Amino acid sequence: MIRKSIFLLALLVITFSCKNEKTIEVISLDYNQLKPYLEKTDDKTYVVNFWATWCAPCVKELPYFEIINKAYANQNVEVLLVSLDFPKQVDKKLIPFIKKRNLQSEVVLLDDTNENVWIPAINENWSGALPATLIYNKNNRKFYEQSFTYEALENELKTFLNP
Amino acid sequence: MKTIKSTLLLAVLAITTLAFTVKTDKGYKVGDTIEDFSLKNVDGDKISLKDYDDAKGFIIIFTCNTCPYSVANEDRIIALQDKYEELGYPVIAINPNDPKAQPGDSFEKMKVRAEEKGFNFPYLFDEGQKVYPKFGASKTPHVYIVSKPEMKVEYIGAIDDSSRDASAVKVKYVETVVDELLAGKTPSITETRAIGCSIKTVK
Repeated sequence: MIRKSIFLLALLVITFSCKNEKTIEVISLDYNQLKPYLEKTDDKTYVVNFWATWCAPCVKELPYFEIINKAYANQNVEVLLVSLDFPKQVDKKLIPFIKKRNLQSEVVLLDDTNENVWIPAINENWSGALPATLIYNKNNRKFYEQSFTYEALENELKTFLNP
Repeated sequence: MKTIKSTLLLAVLAITTLAFTVKTDKGYKVGDTIEDFSLKNVDGDKISLKDYDDAKGFIIIFTCNTCPYSVANEDRIIALQDKYEELGYPVIAINPNDPKAQPGDSFEKMKVRAEEKGFNFPYLFDEGQKVYPKFGASKTPHVYIVSKPEMKVEYIGAIDDSSRDASAVKVKYVETVVDELLAGKTPSITETRAIGCSIKTVK
């Protein structure tokens, strides 16, 4: 009887921890695969942040994007975090970072060496410095090569929601 | 038909206007003449471009200790100096970051990095951040190739076409441009983009 309970308990613990330890996968995209994420024409407003775990100002502003993703979900806003981490460090750095910070926004890795093509394609004036952010919906599109405070980010987003 | 055409034209115009972002890039453009500077090297000496009597030009690279994209390019910068210093295009590296914002980029830490990595080029500290804004550098690494005697900007951009992975390089931009300049030709590439770390300032 005791044995059986221990077994059941163990099973329960395993099931529970499996549920908690959901495996995080980050899909890796080249620019052509990322492009559709940057050109959607539905009713949502998309906030696309280009970042990396090694980029200190990016990490600093990341919580603001997480708040936006949660607080504005009911206003049809979606955040996408495009990581420019080194492809070799996805398992060692990026995924542990996502787990540790419990990031809820969607994260994808942009792995495309042809930077000289896709940087100006994303925005003609982007020098390539991180962090950078693209906010767009079907009516408007703006690119920011800068860091944000929460207030500044929210204010920019509002210009898209209440034009 | 006419209405459709003009509607289309209007739509295109609207999109163009919307797609336009406020230009943030200030500083030197290709074709501009640069001002000389005097900055402290990791060996303690002050260095100016006018000190290089025999140079035909310069490969000026804004870089730093702490940016992984800079670190990923260190060996490539060393190789550039190896090849081009004696041909008349020395590398001049400048750290533009404010150590108050990025302690790992202090002058002391620059000395340590130059020593442990065996930098064969001067590694200058943009103390007070007076030089990088003149160039309009926005990130590390950020390369400016300048030709003498006019001190003319010939090229702005990346070292090559694969900043994250040296083994995947297909086009070596800086080498192409300097080779062409050495051959007396006009560079076939003048501007390229690459991902980099923003320059760190205290706001």
